[in-house]
Amino acid sequence: MATITTLKKSVAVNPLKQSQPLGAALAFLGLKGVMPLFHGSQGCTAFAKVMLVRHFREAIPLSTTAMTEVSTILGGEENIETAVLTLVEKSNPEIIGLCTTGLTETRGDDMDGILKNFRKRHPELDHLPIVFVSTADFKGALQDGYAAAVEGIVKTIPTMSPAAPLDYYPSQIVVLAGSAFTPGDVQEVKEIVSAFGLHPIVVPDLSISLDGHLGDSYSAVTGGGTTLAQLQSLGNSVFTLALGESMRGAAEILQKQLGIPFEMFPQLTGLGATDEFLQALSDISGIPVPEKYRHQRRQLQDAMLDTHFFFGRKRVSLALEPDLLSTIAQWLLAMGAEIQAAVTTTKSPLLKQLPIETVTIGDLEDFEQLATGSDLLIGNSNLAPIARRLHTPLYRLGFPIFDRLGNGQRCTVGYRGTTELLFDIGNLFLEQEEL
Amino acid sequence: MKLTQGKINELLSESACEHNHKKDGKGKNKSCTQQAQPGAAQGGCAFDGAMIALVPITDAAHLVHGPIACAGNSWGSRGSLSSGPMLYKMGFTTDLNENDVIFGGEKRLYKAILEIQQRYNPAAIFVYSTCVTALIGDDLDAVCQTAAEKTGTPVIPVNSPGFIGSKNLGNRVGGEALLDYVVGTREPELTTPYDINLIGEYNIAGELWNVLPLFEKLGIRVLAQITGDGRYQDIACAHRAKLNVMICSKALINMARKMEEKYGIPYIEESFYGVEDMNRCLRNIAAKLGDPNLQQRVEQLIAAETEKLNEALIPYRERLKGKRVVLYTGGVKSWSIISAAKDLGMEVCATSTKKSTEEDKARIKELLGKDGIMLEKGNAQELLRVIAQTRAEMLIAGGRNQYTALKARIPFLDINQERHHPYAGYDGLVEMARELDEALHSPVWEQIRQPAPWE
Repeated sequence: MATITTLKKSVAVNPLKQSQPLGAALAFLGLKGVMPLFHGSQGCTAFAKVMLVRHFREAIPLSTTAMTEVSTILGGEENIETAVLTLVEKSNPEIIGLCTTGLTETRGDDMDGILKNFRKRHPELDHLPIVFVSTADFKGALQDGYAAAVEGIVKTIPTMSPAAPLDYYPSQIVVLAGSAFTPGDVQEVKEIVSAFGLHPIVVPDLSISLDGHLGDSYSAVTGGGTTLAQLQSLGNSVFTLALGESMRGAAEILQKQLGIPFEMFPQLTGLGATDEFLQALSDISGIPVPEKYRHQRRQLQDAMLDTHFFFGRKRVSLALEPDLLSTIAQWLLAMGAEIQAAVTTTKSPLLKQLPIETVTIGDLEDFEQLATGSDLLIGNSNLAPIARRLHTPLYRLGFPIFDRLGNGQRCTVGYRGTTELLFDIGNLFLEQEEL
Repeated sequence: MKLTQGKINELLSESACEHNHKKDGKGKNKSCTQQAQPGAAQGGCAFDGAMIALVPITDAAHLVHGPIACAGNSWGSRGSLSSGPMLYKMGFTTDLNENDVIFGGEKRLYKAILEIQQRYNPAAIFVYSTCVTALIGDDLDAVCQTAAEKTGTPVIPVNSPGFIGSKNLGNRVGGEALLDYVVGTREPELTTPYDINLIGEYNIAGELWNVLPLFEKLGIRVLAQITGDGRYQDIACAHRAKLNVMICSKALINMARKMEEKYGIPYIEESFYGVEDMNRCLRNIAAKLGDPNLQQRVEQLIAAETEKLNEALIPYRERLKGKRVVLYTGGVKSWSIISAAKDLGMEVCATSTKKSTEEDKARIKELLGKDGIMLEKGNAQELLRVIAQTRAEMLIAGGRNQYTALKARIPFLDINQERHHPYAGYDGLVEMARELDEALHSPVWEQIRQPAPWE
């Protein structure tokens, strides 16, 4: 049982957290043909876009209602209307993901009223889903905004219009992928689920939008992701797999609105976590675990034997968002390592349950103090200067990672992903011993 | 500095700005007051601009008074380099929560300033307001004044809520803060007849370091770097310079003009890109400082550097000759880079003129020749269309268009503030030639354009 602490101070130094709208944008980017729209000043969008571009090295569709001083005083209704109409004309999106920001939340724009009026004035756009999500910058962090957007998606779209006549699969299941899951992770999950004869609809599906692939033509909106038709047919699903504790809210909405039962999988990294996932898939599908994964499991077991010498009693310090922090902390403990410091961005029921002493909700100034003397740091690229100052190796994980290539395809889930993670981190420890 | 509508109008109708065609001060100049278009706008906000202009002051702490988005989504990402202090790279923010928004953030701000002063002892603290703190009515100036008195450290309010306008306006807001609170607050230990300030050069990728050695050789002293690799105390002494040299930007022209008014320092507008511009810059500085000996030294230096440069460029000129490029960048750089590209024997098929002044456009026309296309606006689709139409082999643009080009299998060179290579000065041109050559002649192009054997 961990104690959650927040250091008493008035200034955040080298923040670890990013804003809710950025998280919401990331979730929306896993839908096909989407254009996320921030209702705020143009800078809100520009900053978020730059971060996403630097991390994924991809063009990122992201737009703004471009609030000015005057429109802030008068209200943002006109800006939202103009923005949506402009986007429809210029980019022809299939879905618009509308997020508020600190500016418009402080102002208190009546978003429900604004959207109702918009629908009244523009019946010609009735077919265009506008998923609205309230994401004040002064609350929560990236993970919260991401979760809020997924909740908005599953709340709005399946009930908006009758299910499209999509190919009907009796084995269709929903996979809700939380913000801890990279496009590469989602790809692995899809393959595993499909191997059990199930037809997964992943929400959101970053594995075909931000994985990094060369398309055939230019697109102003996302070229891949969960399609509108898939979202409209969510109601046909027999089960929901919610990956990451932050997906619980969305899973509950699907259960309540569409009667789909769900099971939570807080993490898919590590032998035990993957075992549970595969057993559940086998139970749902009635199909035994395929030979491929039985073999991968043996590979992971072997890797654990080879690497445990290097993990044992190593003190590791983590600066990650709650879902990922919990995943990595438990996995490291299961490898015999110790957690020296755990710093995170926002509240989560997971934190209290962690079998470590304390979790600090804080910034990288706190982290640097707590992490001094550890054997390894794990966190985003902003930890690099700290790692240099502390002469400690850094394993980059989380967001943003702007000083490493291939973030779209990294995978740390399932037997295969865990094995890779073991070798990557094991090699860092090994290298230290050779110094 | 109180930010009133009058102040904003003044910055928007800056009389020395060549974008402004209403120099009598009546009415606002169209291009500066163009409002961001909902659904179409792509640029940064005034807060972003103010930070771009001031964050390069390396020994200051830069504190963002606002919710996490403003600092959390941007800190540490700016490409200005430092030869010494690294404090400017740290992200400080009051990270406002819901309570602060309801009850006001002044107390938290005051305590934050004190904490920074105690823990990091900076040369100065720049405090930036944002949309939310402007909207809830926090009195930035009063808090900064009280904190400055308490700590004995300069605390400079920068009223830069994003919603007042564009990045460009934010630059000017940053410049006003320097004029109002910094410049003229200290006297230099010594002055020379060869003291200049550089204004609007942010030392992206270390570009300044390609040019400073030239000044040193010539005996020109750079008193204040405003603000690339800048130090607070140097900028405080900037009013004693003999000449202000504005680099490649209209953004801080309000500083140059007001320093002329207030301290009688003349200014010139120059660029460090390409041989011709670099030569002109050195000649103009020498002429303005009015020392025939210096002018003679400049000519000797230019002769020596040009010879060295021509030697170094031989292999690249051969490989780049006649290559067709489309250029998409803003303002002065649009002609400045054309001239650099022509130095290398490349052919510029089209360029943007969106942010260029009438004077810039005239020069561009001259440099482009009759077949050149001047792009007034350019979204990604438009750029790709022009590249196809002109059969250009490469796009030179800002980072925003990097993936527009790469995804269309077109070589790309980043020329804007995210670039990682210094292109200024004589050495910079060699660097640019090397980068252009690598981008154009990489063996990957042939491979990725090849269809799969089964297609």
